[in-house]
Amino acid sequence: MAVTAKPLSGPAAGLSERDDPGEHLMLDPRPRGEMNSLVMESMHATSWRFWAVTALLVLVVAVCLVAAWGYLIANGLGVSGANRPSYWEMFLVNTVFWIGIAHAGTFVSALLRVLKVEFRRPFTRAAELMTAFALINVGLSVFMHLGRVWLFYWLIPYPNERGLWPNFHSPLAWDFLAISTYLVASTMYLILPLIPDVAMARDRSTGWRKLLYRILAVGFRGTESEWVHLKTAMNIFAFTVLPIMFTVSTIVSWDFAMASNRPGWSSSIFGPYFVVGAVHSGIGAVVMVLYVIRKTMKSMNYFIRIEHFDALGKLMLVMSILWAYFFFNDYMVPWYGGDAFAKALQKFIESGPLSWILFTVVLCNAVIPWLTLWNKKIRRFPGALFVIGLLINVGMWFERYMIIPLSLTINRMPFTWRIYVPKVEIPLTVGTIALFILLYMVASRLIPLVPVWEVQEGQMMHSLRKVGKAMATSTTEIE
Amino acid sequence: MPTNSEQPQAKWGMVIDQDLCTGCQACVTACAMENNISFVGEEDAGYGRSMQWMRIERFWTGSYPEVTTGFQPMLCQQCGEAPCEPVCPVYASVHSESEQINVQVYNRCVGTRYCANNCPYQVREFNWRDYPRPEPLNNQLNPDVTVRRRGVMEKCTFCVQRIRRGEDQAAAEGREVLDGEVLPACAQACPANAITFGQLDDPQSRVSQMARSERGYKQLEDLGTLPRVTYLKGGSSHGGNG
Repeated sequence: MAVTAKPLSGPAAGLSERDDPGEHLMLDPRPRGEMNSLVMESMHATSWRFWAVTALLVLVVAVCLVAAWGYLIANGLGVSGANRPSYWEMFLVNTVFWIGIAHAGTFVSALLRVLKVEFRRPFTRAAELMTAFALINVGLSVFMHLGRVWLFYWLIPYPNERGLWPNFHSPLAWDFLAISTYLVASTMYLILPLIPDVAMARDRSTGWRKLLYRILAVGFRGTESEWVHLKTAMNIFAFTVLPIMFTVSTIVSWDFAMASNRPGWSSSIFGPYFVVGAVHSGIGAVVMVLYVIRKTMKSMNYFIRIEHFDALGKLMLVMSILWAYFFFNDYMVPWYGGDAFAKALQKFIESGPLSWILFTVVLCNAVIPWLTLWNKKIRRFPGALFVIGLLINVGMWFERYMIIPLSLTINRMPFTWRIYVPKVEIPLTVGTIALFILLYMVASRLIPLVPVWEVQEGQMMHSLRKVGKAMATSTTEIE
Repeated sequence: MPTNSEQPQAKWGMVIDQDLCTGCQACVTACAMENNISFVGEEDAGYGRSMQWMRIERFWTGSYPEVTTGFQPMLCQQCGEAPCEPVCPVYASVHSESEQINVQVYNRCVGTRYCANNCPYQVREFNWRDYPRPEPLNNQLNPDVTVRRRGVMEKCTFCVQRIRRGEDQAAAEGREVLDGEVLPACAQACPANAITFGQLDDPQSRVSQMARSERGYKQLEDLGTLPRVTYLKGGSSHGGNG
């Protein structure tokens, strides 16, 4: 049992005198039973506002997603805004965008878990849920894009009566495999750490909830050997899901980067650029979700604290700087290269009728985070972080819009240059956003949104020690 | 980089003489008739959804009143190294070994439209809707050509149905296909005879000889797509004897 002095999220030297140790969740333990009932309460408490918002979202999903998609399928893609040369439209913007959101869960949960970053503990579950629900929207957006969606299963490799495998030369086939692998792995990674919490909930519920939790808890009783197995499985999945996360965004970027003759697309830097962009928007989305659940859900104030917003704010700043580095690189090299069509494209993006998109992207993704997040006061003000997270997501969405329909506008056949105007894509985009929020709201009342065992484990590991006159936090390895 | 006539695998090819092209669009019309191409209507055509396997690109040069007009017929270049082929996830865009052209298998297409994005010539046409064929247009459909439905990609086939008919005819008569025996609809309809079609694997064929002209060039040749269509430079900019 090793004991190391380890700062939480405060200054590097440990806690300074003006810091209140009570503000850290890890140093503010509560009895196990009390904490369990806090989480149970937050699942059961619903106000009329919750139901009103749920009803509204169901309505939006029914109209904007179900009805609009039916209209699209029945009439063909003519009701969308796609044309020559913008054969790819807003559906693929949404696909890449939701993949970005789907990076949040894995990044926050798996990466921070294997790196033993302590501030992750109370919100790993909240982030993993985002991954699962965002991936549902990824799938939906891809299917909306297909011309004959009823034949989508032709993309799946299986022995079939057509005697035909998918074309493994095509980046779209890689894409399909990457996204479905990520969906399976991240769902497993969501379910495994959930087991002890649903077992806790099982012991404290009755009726249909008890039945649901009994199924989800797969008979977990909390014995030593069960914990050992669970920890091993979680460790394996944490290390498995991480490379999958990095590859999924890279492979999605290859859909564009492998189109070797397209100005604006044939870039060798797209792989890491997309990964960074995805994590950038993902963390922004995590901050937004944490703000909302802290505001609206009972007793979440205890689990989600200012220190977490502070730490995520720093992470957002780092990702913003990284993103800007890749953005600059991706802009600089084609500009210097001087290819006539690449120049025409850059001129169109910079000074064409849609140049406001470029400026929105730079403003939301780089300028605003840089101007605000260096400031500790702003980082510790959740409302401000919510707005910044929202702006980052708007900026990242427009960044994908710039890469897909805007870049497609300019090609090597100037006769065909034409600006894309979205049509039925707009309600469908609203519909996917509504579906994401709806699924999250329903899940927040069905499964424990805070991994209680993980918080308790953290609190057991952390203690305050006196070093001379100063107080220092120390971490005990209990594994 | 090898030119068309130097590629042993090249078979069918086309030469378009831009000195002769008047931009009359007879080829566009003939192509639409021959290949059952839908009429998309004014609104969709104005929004970049016109379906033309063969289109006449018109360019204005100079400013008023010193304006000159340039025409460039554009169709699938039947690339030897086609960028549309590897990107299709369901093998709908494939290379025909026997004809050495790029073919689209409509029944396999699920409509990802990746091929159209990757085509540097922007000559692939997507069926955005099921376009109506009001009476009596439904009676003029060519029985040799599939009618496509919404959600699939299509493009110029070098009138593969005519190539096949010519080959079958020659085989039935126990001879080789004669030079000029097979004519796609566009070449047949061109009043100025600007389009020449034939076999590139025969160095003596008219199309091979014309493709070797010093006026000849390929569209976007630097991309290495090995197009099977050669354009003969037109206008007063050229001083050679063609």
